[in-house]
Amino acid sequence: MSGDDSRPVPREYQHRIGRGVFLGTVAAGVSSLLWGKAAWDAVSGVITPVAADIAPILPTSGWRIYSVADHMPTFDPASWRLSVGGMVGQEITLDYGQLRALPAVEQVSTFHCVTGWTVRNVHWRGVRLAEVIGPAQPSASAHALHFVSAEIPYDDYLTREQASLHDVLLAYEMDGKPLSRGHGAPLRLVIPDMYGYKSVKWLQRIELVPQPADGYWEALGYDRDAWIGHSNGYGT
Amino acid sequence: MTAYVRRFSRTERLLHWVNAAGFLLLLVTGLVLYLPSLEVAVGRRALVKEVHFWGGIGWVCALVLVALLGDRRGLLRTARELDGFDRDDGRWLTGRSAPQGRFNAGQKVNASLTAAFTVLFLVSGLLLHFGEGDTRFRFASTVVLHDGLFFAATALFVGHLYLAVIHPATRHALRGITVGTVSSEWAERHHSKWKPE
Repeated sequence: MSGDDSRPVPREYQHRIGRGVFLGTVAAGVSSLLWGKAAWDAVSGVITPVAADIAPILPTSGWRIYSVADHMPTFDPASWRLSVGGMVGQEITLDYGQLRALPAVEQVSTFHCVTGWTVRNVHWRGVRLAEVIGPAQPSASAHALHFVSAEIPYDDYLTREQASLHDVLLAYEMDGKPLSRGHGAPLRLVIPDMYGYKSVKWLQRIELVPQPADGYWEALGYDRDAWIGHSNGYGT
Repeated sequence: MTAYVRRFSRTERLLHWVNAAGFLLLLVTGLVLYLPSLEVAVGRRALVKEVHFWGGIGWVCALVLVALLGDRRGLLRTARELDGFDRDDGRWLTGRSAPQGRFNAGQKVNASLTAAFTVLFLVSGLLLHFGEGDTRFRFASTVVLHDGLFFAATALFVGHLYLAVIHPATRHALRGITVGTVSSEWAERHHSKWKPE
């Protein structure tokens, strides 16, 4: 019916509200790129405990589970090993029992993902890196550590200086429970001052190397020095 | 014998179902990417991400193609219907009874919001995709916007689904969007200002 295009618009239809709803929603959504995270951070403390009760399946704790391989590694306590090698006086291998026998420390720190989400006050328990690296007698000319995940091909690097920050941890417990599969069971790196992609999950090998290189995400354009608020396009 | 009147053209129905199919594909793949329990159970994040991304591109392209290759004039006419609100629509939206046209005021609001959400899903989705490799496209709030849209669109979708398949007074409308026609008696009762041609 093309003829009725010429039909006069009925008088009562003159409030053009639909386009206002459309444009207003689009404008609010686009502008939220500037204020959305701040607004969410302000209200999430109120919303998330309520949401956790009514919909426990939602990621209400704030965590998202990211992985890069087809399947997440499965943890078998009997066969799991952590090895330390590269430029060391003595290559060492720890099984899960030996790892848990090392002096444990606990810390509460905030986890920031480079994609914008944040989880506050995460309770970690694990061992300091020095407890694991020290016995292998790292060479003085090894200026970096290469962290290799069982989730192939994920890996990343820290300089020796970065790795010796006081709150860098090899964590095997999170919020009072053994690390879950999605969070990198049984062992992950935690470096609270940097975005989460540096905190390698499913850690299975640490290598002492001469210099840092590009890890998995750095090869895709992310910064090697992933300082929170001062890297990856944020605050720079 | 029941008399039927035509409510939706073939182009309108196709546009609706292409939109529905795309939304469902993105909802399912999006949930796998979003919910930790599903992410751990399904794995294959890289593959699901690809399906989600290209599904989103395909969804929007399909909508544009249907609109361009279908009855464009008819769609423009429908857009004008959805855009216009009169006094009766105002009464209807504030909970009073008022005669309605081919679309009631709630359907008009739903259409505007759905269209806006589609645009915002596309914009935030493209920013997430390209922001992964290029800091110029990276905003700390993109993921908040994309997730917020998921919640808003899902709430709208659940309400729409309830009215379309469960609520006794309105579920006859499902016939209109599938085969195109509705009973004239139902049309008179729910859309009395609409004069089917």
